[in-house]
Amino acid sequence: MYGLRRHKSMFLLPGLLTLLLIIIFPLLFTIRVSFSGWNVSSPQMDFIAGANYAAMLHDSRFWSAIMRLILLAGGTVLIQYVVGFGMALLVWRDVRGRRFWRVLFLVPMMTTPVVMAAIWQMIFHESLGPLNDLLGMLGLTKVAWLTESGPALVALMTVEVWQWTPFMFLLLLAGLLSLPKEPFMAAAIDGADVWRTFWKVTFPLMAPVSVAAVIIRLIEASKLSDSVYVLTSGGPGSSTETPGYYLYIQGLRDQQTGYSGAMSLTYLVLMIVTLTVVAAMLTRALKLKGHS
Amino acid sequence: MRNNSYKGMIAAAAVVALTATGCTSQDQPESKPDRPALFKPGEEISYRKYGKDYPATEVKDVPGPCSYESISRKDYSGQTLKIISHAVPVIGEPTKLHARQFEEITGAKVEVVNVPFGELHQKILTPLQAGQPAYDVMFYPSLWIGDMAPYLAPVPKEYLDTPGMKDVTKAYMDVATWNGKVVQYPVDGDRHYLKVRTDVLKDPERQAAYKAATGKDLRTPKTWAEYQEIAAFFSGKDLDGDGKPNFGSAEVTKRDDLTFSAFISRAAPYVKHPDVKGGLFFDLDTMKPLINTPGFVRALDDMVKAKSTWAPGGANFGLGDEIFSFGGGQTLMSYSWDDAFIQAQQPDSRIRNKIEAAALPGSTEVYNRTTKTWDKKPNQAPYFTWGWTSAVSKASGHQKMAFDYLCFFSNEANTALDLTVGRFGVNPYRNAHFDAAFWEKQGWDKDVAKSYVQTLSGMEKSTNRVFDLRVPGVNQYMSALANGVAAALAGQKAPQQALDEAAREWSKITEQIGKDKVRDAYRNVVALEDYR
Repeated sequence: MYGLRRHKSMFLLPGLLTLLLIIIFPLLFTIRVSFSGWNVSSPQMDFIAGANYAAMLHDSRFWSAIMRLILLAGGTVLIQYVVGFGMALLVWRDVRGRRFWRVLFLVPMMTTPVVMAAIWQMIFHESLGPLNDLLGMLGLTKVAWLTESGPALVALMTVEVWQWTPFMFLLLLAGLLSLPKEPFMAAAIDGADVWRTFWKVTFPLMAPVSVAAVIIRLIEASKLSDSVYVLTSGGPGSSTETPGYYLYIQGLRDQQTGYSGAMSLTYLVLMIVTLTVVAAMLTRALKLKGHS
Repeated sequence: MRNNSYKGMIAAAAVVALTATGCTSQDQPESKPDRPALFKPGEEISYRKYGKDYPATEVKDVPGPCSYESISRKDYSGQTLKIISHAVPVIGEPTKLHARQFEEITGAKVEVVNVPFGELHQKILTPLQAGQPAYDVMFYPSLWIGDMAPYLAPVPKEYLDTPGMKDVTKAYMDVATWNGKVVQYPVDGDRHYLKVRTDVLKDPERQAAYKAATGKDLRTPKTWAEYQEIAAFFSGKDLDGDGKPNFGSAEVTKRDDLTFSAFISRAAPYVKHPDVKGGLFFDLDTMKPLINTPGFVRALDDMVKAKSTWAPGGANFGLGDEIFSFGGGQTLMSYSWDDAFIQAQQPDSRIRNKIEAAALPGSTEVYNRTTKTWDKKPNQAPYFTWGWTSAVSKASGHQKMAFDYLCFFSNEANTALDLTVGRFGVNPYRNAHFDAAFWEKQGWDKDVAKSYVQTLSGMEKSTNRVFDLRVPGVNQYMSALANGVAAALAGQKAPQQALDEAAREWSKITEQIGKDKVRDAYRNVVALEDYR
């Protein structure tokens, strides 16, 4: 019996080896690199202890980028959730052209982020873009979309929301379609109105899907860098710089391999801890809501 | 059993030997005898057969070792040349075009990899540092020489002796040289200069209006202060009568684009003192950064003030935006590389032959870094800022073919044609290119052609020149500087504070790379700047 189990476990070996090669080895290598002074003019695996980590603690640009990401990711995912849920509810029931709307809502997600960011860059272009022309026609003041900090953040968030709301819509629609019919029938018999049915039945039943969707989007949003690269290059100044984009500058452009290794590991740990806490809090909050 | 393992060892050794032989024969291509030329001496050359995207201009193949006629005698069939270059079109397009031609006339196979600018440095340097012959030929900005030089094959004497190479201006031969050896193959000459719209600045009515409003004559600005006054006066006015406002100045301001070059252009006359030798970026003795000294701070103050004269979105202009803003007639003045000028001179441009080139604006005083005072004297400092260059890897197994490709790329006929295609990014770098008649043949007015060649050749004669910081880690230094400039432009920091922080960053970078290593490299830059 023991021999058979051992024999069976051999079948796990290819998967384990692959895991070792593609996840564990790069991770261990990054840990080792983060303790080295590897940079553009000294590409060697020396040992400088925790010097990179010490430098990172004093790197205000990195910490500002982290704080900015919390605002960007938190803000955009919240909007995506609300809008995505609304869209899913719209096409959940029988509406005319339901299939058409479902496909249309998914189009942004199917486009390439970098290409769409380039198109949005043209839309937000302050002298040639259609958005400012539209504002002008409405008698409103033109906005410095990409050259002032506040509007630049709004522009970036708009692109993120536009691109990724369909993903939220897709998950939430799948969740809605899988809900049992009985609770809704019971609510109808009890005479619950639409609003009460949503808060007391739909929303609690959707809690597990909602938590999963929000967490998946937060994980994706925490890597935000391609839209930043195309749309603002982190500017004006550093007002739209995210950790992902700052890592790109340090690691790939300036080739501070050791330092960017330390930053990426710290960033990884921070993200794992933050997202675990957020997931736990969301689960608890929604469970409580469901039981109330 | 023992016999079997012995046989196995012999078999393994045979495989290793065969593999090694295969590798060796691949790395050391056999030299084939020359074959009959495919071109006649002095034959007409044009790019017409490659499509309508290329001009129909014809030039003569200039006899010499790099000509179509000479290169077509070489037989590189069965061999592969690997090239890395910038993305299409800037330098990437001519790289591909000449690779295709080289294949057609020599039988070689040429593989070109085009990479976006942000990845080019890493994609070239990483294999070089690892000793891998990933690419035989590399195209990159010449200011990276401090990082690349240890891995480059010096240009052999036979290529240095070609007429084309002998005609490269002294400034660009200096740019290609590292510690006395020519390690980069010149293919382009870049510098910053001023471009203005003469239909506005030389219009008598506007001159009168300007005089009435400011009490000053309207002319091509000689100082940055004049530049600002003129830009501010015309900004927001409709200069074309198309119902849309025009603006004073277009500048490269996007942080991760080439903002550092724009800033150095603005700082040059304030910081490059003709009578003070030594570095302008660092104090050569102590290697203390000088980028937060009063000259640089004043330049950043000027740049912040200039924001009011930029077009909407002008604070986020990359080079492409700057080219089209001036080249498209949106702005009155601009300063950077040739591209905006060439764009404005395209046949379909509405400001074709309504523009003029001039030296970068100067200043009425210059900061003396030894006495730490401002010296009241008119000053002007041309800025030779990067330029695309090319080189052959020391690790390449096809060095002869690689240098032949570069020799062909930059032969007189190809260069003459490349100069006329603005998007190629190939700009004058030989004395022969400072010929107004050539530009007049392209449809340029005499005055425009004259202002262009005189501006460019005048920079060569200056003895108060500024060059890029050509040291190891130059990307890091420029990234830190651009970050400071961008912070000031965005209003996040005052100019002095922004440059103080950039200077602190520079000190850290110098410590990391090694003070002596940076100093040794920087001596080469100072030698170029202090050349008399």
